[in-house]
Amino acid sequence: MLDVEAQEPPKGKWSTPPFDPRFPSQNQIRNCYQNFLDYHRCLKTRTRRGKSTQPCEYYFRVYHSLCPISWVESWNEQIKNGIFAGKI
Amino acid sequence: MAHAAQVGLQDATSPIMEELITFHDYALMIIFLICFLVLYALFLTLTTKLTNTNISDAQEMETVWTILPAIILVLIALPSLRILYMTDEVNDPSLTIKSIGHQWYWTYEYTDYGGLIFNSYMLPPLFLEPGDLRLLDVDNRVVLPIEAPIRMMITSQDVLHSWAVPTLGLKTDAIPGRLNQTTFTATRPGVYYGQCSEICGANHSFMPIVLELIPLKIFEMGPVFTL
Repeated sequence: MLDVEAQEPPKGKWSTPPFDPRFPSQNQIRNCYQNFLDYHRCLKTRTRRGKSTQPCEYYFRVYHSLCPISWVESWNEQIKNGIFAGKI
Repeated sequence: MAHAAQVGLQDATSPIMEELITFHDYALMIIFLICFLVLYALFLTLTTKLTNTNISDAQEMETVWTILPAIILVLIALPSLRILYMTDEVNDPSLTIKSIGHQWYWTYEYTDYGGLIFNSYMLPPLFLEPGDLRLLDVDNRVVLPIEAPIRMMITSQDVLHSWAVPTLGLKTDAIPGRLNQTTFTATRPGVYYGQCSEICGANHSFMPIVLELIPLKIFEMGPVFTL
């Protein structure tokens, strides 16, 4: 996994997650959760193949912007303890 | 903010609210006309000395007073639906802020760039400075730029709350387990107030929302809030 520097948005290129047509409705919980899952799946796949995980940082920025931090912290805790319910 | 004994809507601070105010005035005018008509007819009926004992049917009148209300309802529904779809338009937001309801305060998270997270509690009466608004002012306001589409993600950590700012035409429920999205664009700078709009316990009336809208150039200068 890359460090905090890599997770910061590129200067002048990132403002906020764009409209995602996969999730057009008012409840954006799926948008937040899907990007969280995609980030971890991307990390896992690219690490397994020995490639750089830089492209995965897009998903990180999206879920970091959308998801309440308390949810993210509890999901990370669950991943660390091996009890996370999602498929990564 | 609302002033004492205010009856009408607050002045609009976003284009959607301007539309809503115009629609409200239009629908209210139709309502006043109908009410006046009905009250006048009732008054005439109650104050006449004439009697009529052989009315049997009135097909033409019945047709008219069925078709005419239907037309009036369509004339009300069309602008209403126009505004409804306007609120749902896809707009590219410039900033995403999360607002999390708790019993009995709000937490705001600015996580697009780095992480700024703070709580916003109502100022207790003893802590009010002269000129502060009782039950409305908070310790940390939500500072935002004007003329930029802003996306608010609203949820709750415990029970139902509702994040409302009347001058922007916003009211979105904060529901645990759900992340409701609402967007707005403010057209003028200022300090705007709202109050929790879903009963949430003992201090439901004491968890207000305060937005401080400032010009984009000043917002971009960096953190302007004191924590």
